[in-house]
Amino acid sequence: MTNLISKSLSATRNLGRVTRAPLQPARRQFLIATAAVGAGLALGLTSSRSALAQTTAPALTADEVNLWVVIKPDDTVVIRIVRSEMGQGTRTGLAQLVAEELECDWKKVTYEAPSAGQNLARKRAWGAMATGGSRGIRDSHDYVRRGGAAARMMLLQAAADQFKVPVAELTVSKGVVTHAPTNRTVSYGKVADAAAKLTPPESKSIVLKKPQDWKIAGTAVPRLDTADKVNGAKVFSIDLRLPGMLCAAVKSCPVFGGKLVSFDESKIKAMRGVKGAVKVNDSTVAVVADTWWRAKTALDNLPIDWDLGANAKVSSTTIAAALKEGLSAEGDFWQRKEGDALAAIKGSAKKVEAVYSSQFMAHATMEPMNCVVQLSGDRAYAWVPTQNAEASIAALSEASGLPLANCDIKTMDLGGGLGRRGGTQDFMHHAVAIAKLYPNVPIKMVWSREEDMTHDFFRPISMAKMSAGLDDKGNLTGFHIRVSGQSINAYLNPTAIKNNKDVRQLQGFYAEPGDAQLGYTFPSLLTEYVMRNSPVPVGPWRGVNTNQNGIYMECFIEECARAAGRDSLAFRRDLMKNHPKHLGVLDAVAQKGDWGKALPAGQHRGIAQFMGYGSYSAATAEVSVSASGQVKVHRMVFALNSGHFVNPSQVKAQIEGSVVMALSAIFNEDITIENGQVKENNYHSYPLAKLKDTPKVECVLVPSNDFWGGVGEPTICVVGPAVLNAIFAATGKPARDLPLRKHGLTLV
Amino acid sequence: MELKVNGTVHNIDVEPDMPLLWALREVLGLTGTKYGCGVAQCGACSVQLNGELVRSCSIPVSGAVGQAITTIEGLSKDSSHAIQQAWIALDIPQCGYCQSGQVMAAVALLKRVPKPTDADIDAAMTNICRCGTYQRIRDGIHVAAGQKQLADVLNDYATTGVAKA
Repeated sequence: MTNLISKSLSATRNLGRVTRAPLQPARRQFLIATAAVGAGLALGLTSSRSALAQTTAPALTADEVNLWVVIKPDDTVVIRIVRSEMGQGTRTGLAQLVAEELECDWKKVTYEAPSAGQNLARKRAWGAMATGGSRGIRDSHDYVRRGGAAARMMLLQAAADQFKVPVAELTVSKGVVTHAPTNRTVSYGKVADAAAKLTPPESKSIVLKKPQDWKIAGTAVPRLDTADKVNGAKVFSIDLRLPGMLCAAVKSCPVFGGKLVSFDESKIKAMRGVKGAVKVNDSTVAVVADTWWRAKTALDNLPIDWDLGANAKVSSTTIAAALKEGLSAEGDFWQRKEGDALAAIKGSAKKVEAVYSSQFMAHATMEPMNCVVQLSGDRAYAWVPTQNAEASIAALSEASGLPLANCDIKTMDLGGGLGRRGGTQDFMHHAVAIAKLYPNVPIKMVWSREEDMTHDFFRPISMAKMSAGLDDKGNLTGFHIRVSGQSINAYLNPTAIKNNKDVRQLQGFYAEPGDAQLGYTFPSLLTEYVMRNSPVPVGPWRGVNTNQNGIYMECFIEECARAAGRDSLAFRRDLMKNHPKHLGVLDAVAQKGDWGKALPAGQHRGIAQFMGYGSYSAATAEVSVSASGQVKVHRMVFALNSGHFVNPSQVKAQIEGSVVMALSAIFNEDITIENGQVKENNYHSYPLAKLKDTPKVECVLVPSNDFWGGVGEPTICVVGPAVLNAIFAATGKPARDLPLRKHGLTLV
Repeated sequence: MELKVNGTVHNIDVEPDMPLLWALREVLGLTGTKYGCGVAQCGACSVQLNGELVRSCSIPVSGAVGQAITTIEGLSKDSSHAIQQAWIALDIPQCGYCQSGQVMAAVALLKRVPKPTDADIDAAMTNICRCGTYQRIRDGIHVAAGQKQLADVLNDYATTGVAKA
């Protein structure tokens, strides 16, 4: 699989080659910018686009005002969105930002999505298409707003030309331009053609609106994409029905790293609708049939010989032993070293120590992995639910052997992404391998739930040994974090590990401001990461390493506060004087969450704060725990500073969703390994949180308007520690080993 | 086999053990009913069989012959059912994949219990939503049942706890 990734990366490097093809002198500067963007893509980074590209690229359609805006004669405003939509609301948010600067009528806004192939054909004029790391809006807000503003300026100029008046005498509201002195008006739709022919303004000359002047952005406008999700009309990739289409079900070796030896097609060939069984790659076989159910049923009956390989001896027990060894291993593992924390702890009046552990978890998106591919002559086309359209087209090109210019994809809205459908395009490679055997035939390749759950890129397993010293007044003297666990970069992106330090695994403990900075200042601090990898594939899972790191930090701070005999909030506040934004959300949540106020009998409160994805989050949780270990989470309150917010209702929806996923994670979800295979293969053995488990969630949105942070992921990392700290308050015992149901604590 | 779906009778020639889900999706092309687990755990495939809520992935198509089947596509014309209207007004779906099933489950609940309590909702709404839209599903059911005012809920989503820029 790592081979697959490096191949995929080399394919993405081809993007750079293609965009560098026939040169025109006028494009020189643009190409320099593009080359830099291409390099960023090859490194798996999401890069900003070149502002220059916007003015140099040829038009995609005749009626576009510019890259981002098409206005129809009937005043319909089509806003182009290139980021993927998987429920997080980025489509609506980006449209709000463009519409805000455009000064159009929101009621007339609709959207369209340029494809990855169209983006390449226009030299990546729309910039990065990757949608992960909560970057959909925070990485593109500037250039999409400039796109909206540029379109507005061109439309106004076109109106001025028509009225033969200076543009400064015009005003615009909801897409209607007014010349007050002569009492004339004209709508955008009437001047769009003329506007499109004008020279776009210099990007530098554009002055963007201040958030306090926003009328569409910053408000809870309805989503643009809800209506067909309630009547069955929405077509996901898995729903596609194309003329002549065949369906494929796949099965990969149950043991990671095992190989396909042989299969006996003759046993299923006569089954109704079955076309054949085919080798997909060294470890995967597929059955192709006229319907997917027939393909899946035949696959279940297909005799397959596997070479299970050396990993068949791996189990959760052997992996845990390796992690545990890492907690005390000798070596150079440090990432932050400020003062001599170990000596400070050793010389302290009181020592606090705890070991925490986190489990493998599956994404379990409701729509299982799938991809539709058609290879016709020298053309390749795919319909794919993807978080990274450019990685998808690169994978399509690489797997089909066709140049990028002969490939294109349709990014289908995802039935959940959660990090699973990003750079790792295993589903695309599967579908193309099968489609190669059926020229001209659209192949719909769908993983069963069982295949999806057992061949995921799992949230990596880890353990943390936390140590701290307290002086005789209960003040911290030193703080030591050692995390031992599996590395996402080692599996997916080894070149990101620099100087033997895999910084990503300690996400949330960073000294550097901006992304995932630790909100505390300790008299001395040592952070260490000990890499202990297993054959289990790992990858980003909503919130990625902030999930477990937030729990390690915030639960251990709680233990320190209790050891010091201090109030949980006051103890934290004393450590946060240098981090006013972290403190801001903590104070906001303490106030809204009634910190220090009495609760009904039997209910207890916990608090936590942490930072990820450029945003600051804090939470309180109110829980009760029955004698038999039934945990009821009654109420959670969140404070979020994401710098700006584009749609408060959708921001809250993301917070509410993060609560469900995090509660599911800390109580229920557990991928375990036996004989090198994942044991849990469907929702009965991998239970997810349900409606009855969901607490009342309240939010305080406190935008400071001086940065742009993410929304989809930031709050998930404070759910777990706030609830765990409330359980600690209720039971008097810290819960350090996840998921909690292993220890008799169940979510009710 | 005769299948009566959304008021229309279809004659289909399929294996009797084909789950109803796949007959709907792959034979009749009614893809609003979703595959999520195949083992009656997630509820994405929920439909009505003779007015009863069932999980169509775990019912053989032969067991549905001659009975009235209602799928999400047949629930109403123009999404006019009170549950659908509430779902749209409150923007309940995120990715939307599970929502056909959620809507079908909520419709069945209101049919049985027109004014459901939170406990009724907890007990009836067992479908999985990985996006975590449960809080809004609860609100949506209360709005559709007339127990909460739409404007109040919308105002809460839009303004409560929002510090102005």
